[in-house]
Amino acid sequence: MKPRAVLIGVLSFVGLGAVGFVLPRWTVFLFSLALARGLAALSVALLMRAGLVSFGQSLFFATGAYTAAFMVRLLGVREAGLLLVGAVIVSMTVAALTGLWIARYREIFFAMLSLAFTMILYGWLLKAYWITGGTDGLRIPPPTVLGTAWSVDTLRSVLYEATLVCTAVALVLIHLFLDSPLGYALRAVRDNEVRLEYLGSSVWQVVYWAYVLAAGLAGLGGVLTALNVGHVDPQLAYWTTAGEFVFITLLGGTESVLAPLIGAVVFEFLRTYALKYAPYTWQMALGGMMLLLILFMPRGLWTLRYLRFRKAVS
Amino acid sequence: MTVVLETEGLTRRFGQVVAAEDLAVQVREGEQVGIVGPNGAGKTTFLNLVTGYIPPERGTIRFMGRDITGLHPRTITRLGIARTFQIPQLYSNLTVLENMLLAWAAREGRMMDPWWPLRRTAWVEPAMDLLARFGLADDADRPTYTLPEGKRKLLDVALALALRPRLLLMDEPTSGVSVREKFPLMDTLMEILLPAGVTVLFVEHDMDVVLRYAQRVLVFQGGRVVADGDPQAVLSEVLAAPSKTK
Repeated sequence: MKPRAVLIGVLSFVGLGAVGFVLPRWTVFLFSLALARGLAALSVALLMRAGLVSFGQSLFFATGAYTAAFMVRLLGVREAGLLLVGAVIVSMTVAALTGLWIARYREIFFAMLSLAFTMILYGWLLKAYWITGGTDGLRIPPPTVLGTAWSVDTLRSVLYEATLVCTAVALVLIHLFLDSPLGYALRAVRDNEVRLEYLGSSVWQVVYWAYVLAAGLAGLGGVLTALNVGHVDPQLAYWTTAGEFVFITLLGGTESVLAPLIGAVVFEFLRTYALKYAPYTWQMALGGMMLLLILFMPRGLWTLRYLRFRKAVS
Repeated sequence: MTVVLETEGLTRRFGQVVAAEDLAVQVREGEQVGIVGPNGAGKTTFLNLVTGYIPPERGTIRFMGRDITGLHPRTITRLGIARTFQIPQLYSNLTVLENMLLAWAAREGRMMDPWWPLRRTAWVEPAMDLLARFGLADDADRPTYTLPEGKRKLLDVALALALRPRLLLMDEPTSGVSVREKFPLMDTLMEILLPAGVTVLFVEHDMDVVLRYAQRVLVFQGGRVVADGDPQAVLSEVLAAPSKTK
């Protein structure tokens, strides 16, 4: 990683950490949700590197969120750190099982299968109401963070800082992953599967491990959302949630690990203001935004970085 | 001399088309064998059968005495058979060096490494050395989709050679390359392959290339080997009967 990029990253992290104590609570809450959703969008972007579009990352997003809820209710776990670890492990385990099948598929078949899996979970969450709470979902009581039960007022900021730390760690790990042989192999899968097999490597394994890793990211996003909101419901597994992650990914772009996060922050604020000023047509506003994006910035908001660079050069 | 590749009774049909019928081929260590024949004679099918791309209906394939019939292409590659393609199979959106480094990761069995960087010094230096031998060092940072066809062919071979194969199968290494570039390209390939002790089997349509670079030639027709021997003798016989083979 270049020193300048590290410096910008550290300064951004510190700056974002500081705003948690300054901005109004509702804004901090929106930032927390945006970062959590950004992680799920990053998982979509990760798979897009291999040319795979997943319409089913909500499967792992909801798995992460519900795992936390079950750990609280069934095991009495209250510590946020343990809930995070448990949720990520369970999400990756679910992916390790579904991945055995889905990693064989590409293009529309991969997209539709991933959608099918998440809708199966959605159906189960709705019907098994005696465990899942059905459409009402489950409440998650305020967790302890680092063994401390924070006051309600402080908890919002503490959870925001925890979300920020988790996001930063995930970004660094994914950045390292994308620079590794396996990370490059993902791009190789998109470009030429035949050559990869004729280098003696398994395309299936590359896709499988990327799928499992992406599930861990989405699961992390899910549990962070659950802890910040304090509630889980089946909507987390519904296909529109998965669609939002794809929307966010396209909005931000896929060229950098930061792009989906930027997309998530823009999306979260855009949706909030669209709901405020156009409560009956907010989806139309988002649709219009997507149309403009596809027409003028098909590679997402990350393209703005190059525009700025070009101006600086000229 | 050790027999590197041996096929017996190798047969494969596609509907009514006989692509390979009772093929019995032996290739000895260090040989450079050319395969010629008209379109549809079964030349590429033979390469596809040997490398596991398509399974045979009948027959056996042995590599270094080991039965490799029906094995997966990546298993066969790991055993020491590498191949190149008529249309170079590259990672178009990666740079030349990144293509080579992925081959290096495969050679070291580290393709599934998820943390340590691909661009590690221990790999970059020898990869650049190999690129330099193929005349591609100056193009190391170019995306491969920007390369001219001759250089794409060279890179395709370089990727295969990075795996340190014992047997290299090349499918029409000079196709799509201008007449002027054919011999320099083959000179470059042979100058690298022969000292490395790699046994080479190449499909070729250009008889001048076969005459100059093959020690032995196999003539395919209708999925069978109809002639096998010294290129000069075999090709003069074949060229005298153009209606049978190209």
